[in-house]
Amino acid sequence: MSETLTKNMRSEHDVHHDREFLSFVLGEEQYALDIMSVKEIRGYEPVTKIANAPPFIKGVLNLRGDIVPIVDLRIKFDVGEPTYNEFTIVIMLNVLDRIVGIVVDAVSDVITLSEDDIKPPPEFGVAFDTKFLHGLAEVNDAMVIIVNIESLISSESLALFDTSNQGGQE
Amino acid sequence: MSIDVEQFHQVFFDESEEHLENMEQLLMAIDPASPDSESLNSIFRAAHSIKGGSGIFGFSGLGGLTHVMENLLDKARHGEQLLTTDIINQLLHTTDLLKSILDNYRSGEPINQDEIDKGILALEKTINEDGASSMIAEGSDETFGFFDDVEQSEKMDSDAFGFFDEEESNDETSADDKQSSPDDIGFGLFDEEPSEKETVATNTETVKERKPPSAVAPTVAKKSTSVESKSIRVDTSKVDLLVNLIGELVITQSMLMVQGSSEASDSQEKLQTGLVELERNTRELQEAVMSMRMLPISFVFNRFPRLVRDLADKLEKQVELNIVGGSTEIDKGLIEKLVDPLTHLVRNSIDHGIELPDIRERQGKTAAGAITLSAAQRGGNIVIEISDDGAGLNKEKILEKASENGLSVPANGTDEDIWNLIFAPGFSTAQSVTDISGRGVGMDVVRRNIESIGGRINITSTQGNGSCFSISVPLTLAIVDGMCVASGDQVFVVPLVAIIESIQPDNQQLRSIGNEKLLWVRDRYWPILNLAKRMDIDNAVQSPTDAIIILIESSKKRFGLMVDKLLGQQQVVIKSLEQHYKRVPGAAGATIMGDGHVAIIVDVESLADDINEEIAEKQTNERNVDQKHAV
Repeated sequence: MSETLTKNMRSEHDVHHDREFLSFVLGEEQYALDIMSVKEIRGYEPVTKIANAPPFIKGVLNLRGDIVPIVDLRIKFDVGEPTYNEFTIVIMLNVLDRIVGIVVDAVSDVITLSEDDIKPPPEFGVAFDTKFLHGLAEVNDAMVIIVNIESLISSESLALFDTSNQGGQE
Repeated sequence: MSIDVEQFHQVFFDESEEHLENMEQLLMAIDPASPDSESLNSIFRAAHSIKGGSGIFGFSGLGGLTHVMENLLDKARHGEQLLTTDIINQLLHTTDLLKSILDNYRSGEPINQDEIDKGILALEKTINEDGASSMIAEGSDETFGFFDDVEQSEKMDSDAFGFFDEEESNDETSADDKQSSPDDIGFGLFDEEPSEKETVATNTETVKERKPPSAVAPTVAKKSTSVESKSIRVDTSKVDLLVNLIGELVITQSMLMVQGSSEASDSQEKLQTGLVELERNTRELQEAVMSMRMLPISFVFNRFPRLVRDLADKLEKQVELNIVGGSTEIDKGLIEKLVDPLTHLVRNSIDHGIELPDIRERQGKTAAGAITLSAAQRGGNIVIEISDDGAGLNKEKILEKASENGLSVPANGTDEDIWNLIFAPGFSTAQSVTDISGRGVGMDVVRRNIESIGGRINITSTQGNGSCFSISVPLTLAIVDGMCVASGDQVFVVPLVAIIESIQPDNQQLRSIGNEKLLWVRDRYWPILNLAKRMDIDNAVQSPTDAIIILIESSKKRFGLMVDKLLGQQQVVIKSLEQHYKRVPGAAGATIMGDGHVAIIVDVESLADDINEEIAEKQTNERNVDQKHAV
């Protein structure tokens, strides 16, 4: 509710339909995601491991009573070294009525981009799954990869959701 | 504004549903030969309340039907209409119809006007058939027209009484002999009271004891319930929220407890006292909140008299249903999940269990079969039993059917093994597929449903003497008594109900079979399952002699679960993993420990499955190897 409300209010103020993105670092690369899906940012804490989960699912964490899965995007996107120290950051996302935490190397900035600033990715020659890509943008002479976080979180390859046919799997 | 009306709709739907259930129960209890006037009045009031509400909200589909129903009931309670089983059946059908219309309104689906018209016609027909000869029929119709006005304007009340009294005395003279003398006294009393200008409230009491005139009954009934009712209607989501918050509180409290006991300061003693107090208060609060979710199991049981009656009629069998322990309380969430399996089992008992009356008599049994539904609390579990005195399970038929369907039949299996075959998917021994049972989708679904709520089902049966299905489910889904165990650096919770004992085995108790370790204890061999292996834990103890083995009994198998050490027994709040993640194989859920960490609650049933699967896999591999050798 409040999310759509603030969105509406903002679009009234900004005629250019500018959107804000939270940019973060994975290895050497700059990524960004829609700031409206960010719930909070916190330091990395040890998690409880889940059996038979893919390696990028680190486990689950207690977020004030909610048991929340933690995904390491560095492992998922195969960028950087998955190290865990006091500087490792977890971005808690609120996507599709679920809370999911993603592990990143650092959070850099909040950037404002208009739709014109966001360029489509090249049609071929990029191994990165374009399904999860909202687009690319040039900010301060560096490329920022804008992730479509909703489709990423709900994607089958991330296997965060029970899909109907594998629900009964034991 | 529209939201507000929606809210009222919801209340109306809930109330109407209750009224309909109430009506159904009362109708079931009525003896057509000598109907109890108080129940007739209650049924009338229920119909009337639905009619009133539907009028206000414009649910015309309900209004029409309830109006005709009201007419019929009103005549019945004035003795103008003789009740027959047919009429009661018709009324029961009408409640069914009303329920489906209500559901349609609730879900916003279109209303089937044809059905309603048909229902109204059928009801009117029953009225006309029996009431045509009665001289008063038309007269009382006028009365109904008048009553409607009465309900709307309080002012007319006194006129109504006057008018009604006359009618009533007419009725009395022409009514059949069934009007007994105490009723007459009742009317006599009542006639006096309005003239004395007594308040409606005092009328209520008289009305409750005596036979009330219809015009007053509905308004009076509403007032009296508002006085008597000690319960309030609360949205379940609010209660659930409360349960969740209490869960948080319990966790915070145990975190404080851990912190407080390590704190060394002058104020330690005071802190300790406060913490102990806090612990007691949270526990009491938790119990109180949990009890809000508890409902008597009669919520499930009460639907069965109707089901049994209908089914018995259809199958031309005579069945008596006994209900024992209906007041046993159980979590609301479980109640909903018990309805389907229980319905299935009761249907099965009537269809397959109870024999036809002549067969029963030939076997020296009473013509009417008996089905007993019972519920009782045993420790942290509720045990529900469905037993009948019918034919019992037929061992030969089950075995025959099992081999027909290609199920693996255990050689020299015990009775229990054979009974368990009926839970296999696609199994049914019914001679013919009826609309009641026999499609064979039933029993495996029953077992799966019950296991999904952490319960188990057992069968005992003697051929010729009937069978008994015993279901045991946990009292609540929100909290579990668990044993906290460590495996590597992680903590797991094993539900206490499944644990027989925990032992530290010595070498003499360990046996080896094809490199697999077995534990020899309690006069049997136990397979050993390593929790660390199952849960992907690296740094756990490897040798069984250094570990602790928890002997586990699940509904399917017994096995030893190998863990590093026991940490202690604790009540834990079950948290869903599915809310933000998904079902995790081997986990029944998760909980938050005193230090704030998440611990996985072990699902012993699915671990037992794993053992079976592993063995089955190994066997098929071996068989393949054997075949290769043979070739």
